[in-house]
Amino acid sequence: MSALLELDHVSRFYGGGLFAGRRVLAVNDVSLRLEAGRPEIFTVVGESGSGKTTLARMILNMVPASAGTIRFLGTDLATIHSGAARRAFMRKVQPIFQNPFEAFNPMKRVDRYLFATARRMADVATDVAVAEAADSALKSVGLSLAEVRGRFPHQLSGGQLQRVAIARALISKPALLVADEPVSMIDASLRASIVNLLRELRDRNGLTIIYITHDLATAYYVSDRIIVMRHGSVVESGNARTVLDNPKHPYSQLLKSSVLSPEVPTGVSHA
Amino acid sequence: MSVLAVEGLRAWYRTSALGVSRDVRAVDGISFTVEADEIYGLAGESSSGKTTLIKTIAAATQPPLEVVAGTITFTFPGGAIEMQRADRRTLASIRWRHLSYIMQGSMSVLNPVRRIRHAFVDFAFRHIGEPKPRFFETVRAHLARLRLEPDVLDAYPHQLSGGMRQRVTIALATVCRPEFIIADEPTTALDVVVQKDVLAMIREIQRELGSSILFVTHDMAVHANLADRLGIMYGGRLVEEGRTADLFRSPRHPYTAHLIASLPRVGDTTPKAGLSGAPPNLADPPAGCRFHPRCPRASDICRREVPPLEPLAPGHRVACFHPEPA
Repeated sequence: MSALLELDHVSRFYGGGLFAGRRVLAVNDVSLRLEAGRPEIFTVVGESGSGKTTLARMILNMVPASAGTIRFLGTDLATIHSGAARRAFMRKVQPIFQNPFEAFNPMKRVDRYLFATARRMADVATDVAVAEAADSALKSVGLSLAEVRGRFPHQLSGGQLQRVAIARALISKPALLVADEPVSMIDASLRASIVNLLRELRDRNGLTIIYITHDLATAYYVSDRIIVMRHGSVVESGNARTVLDNPKHPYSQLLKSSVLSPEVPTGVSHA
Repeated sequence: MSVLAVEGLRAWYRTSALGVSRDVRAVDGISFTVEADEIYGLAGESSSGKTTLIKTIAAATQPPLEVVAGTITFTFPGGAIEMQRADRRTLASIRWRHLSYIMQGSMSVLNPVRRIRHAFVDFAFRHIGEPKPRFFETVRAHLARLRLEPDVLDAYPHQLSGGMRQRVTIALATVCRPEFIIADEPTTALDVVVQKDVLAMIREIQRELGSSILFVTHDMAVHANLADRLGIMYGGRLVEEGRTADLFRSPRHPYTAHLIASLPRVGDTTPKAGLSGAPPNLADPPAGCRFHPRCPRASDICRREVPPLEPLAPGHRVACFHPEPA
């Protein structure tokens, strides 16, 4: 089997230059491998400062790795320089960000994002074809162009807007989605539907999704495999259910014990 | 005895420009009480009106937010105060001494260019009314309660971790031993590990001071672990209220039932359904029950009439024509 994404002893540090002072190791010697043709939800959990967002940014080729190599479908990301090569890479690897209200310009109609992406990333030129590409992407997230056309971000709910963000990422028919805390800003009543959508995209569209979160409960619900990060290093990895049911590393155990259970604890006196 | 009594409160954002007037009914007919020595949890998603409600309760309303109807009464040892009628001097004398706040973003509460000690002087010095050395002794003793070293007084906010900063804001809010504390998403910005400690600390200090806390968050798991009683807001109204354990065990309003059923848990892989539709637009809310367009149990009457918030069991009030069976 060939690898979709392969990280080989990847590290990233910030600072340490002549003026930058202390060197901060954000990601420390991380190796992982996602197989092509085996769609899965691969979850990265850890607290803030554990390096999970830096890892995502390296996979998206937004920051280069300081050491080690990242290969996507055999191509070393460090060798992607030309605009055409970058675009070809971006077609295959797409991001979804945490806060959809920040990801979209409030003064711009959201359909323009979809149309611009379709023109640039999906090789469609005519208005009709562009609208069709946008509509089919929206349909796969449970919306339609008719609902979204001409709307500004504030006219949509957080859940709808996050769906539009996911639809935008789907237009170029990517193989890998990198979702950095995609549900933490979404209202509770809509959160389950976004999480379910990630599962659907894996099963129906055959997408591999890197799901970055600090929320162990949703991680348990959607993930196939999981890595637990702390201070830039992977402290535990494996099948998500196995790891979360029975964490071995003390830090994973601490994380699990800190998850607030939605059961009302007995013994708390309720006045 | 109720420390806070809210009666028929309506607080709307009223704008009128170029002959077009628009009312956003963010709080629309809310009545509830908060008793002494209890944590009252207020849950609801964004745009359900929770922040507007606590702003109004704290008398921190500014145009276009207007209190259209209703009363808010605090009963402190010094006597009852009706917040809407109170003048600025009365408000200034009760703020921080009797009524204090814990905010979400500790970085925006603390001045980034002044040391923590100045924050304590600014907030609490006049209320405690002791000379400076005695005042700082009190502050240090109080910091120790929250397991903070006295050194933090000389630190700048950016030198502290997120959890420590949030404990400093809790210390600020509780140093005057207020009878009532409003906590607005105090742990939402914190990591899970830190969040658990901070919640335990809020509980501990509440027990010790015997204060009442109005605790606002959208995170039901936090409410399950902290609140004595819980009020659920939807579209500017309270839809259900009861003891936390009762609400979690047998939610009666379909919205509450959905919120609780859709909570993911570690160790649970049963499929969770999302709620279809979007939260109501409060400038043009649906007629009748505001939840009816998304409600699986909605019928004709729900589209026409507003369900009143009525007790179904002792201490358990629900605003629904077709409540879930107990």
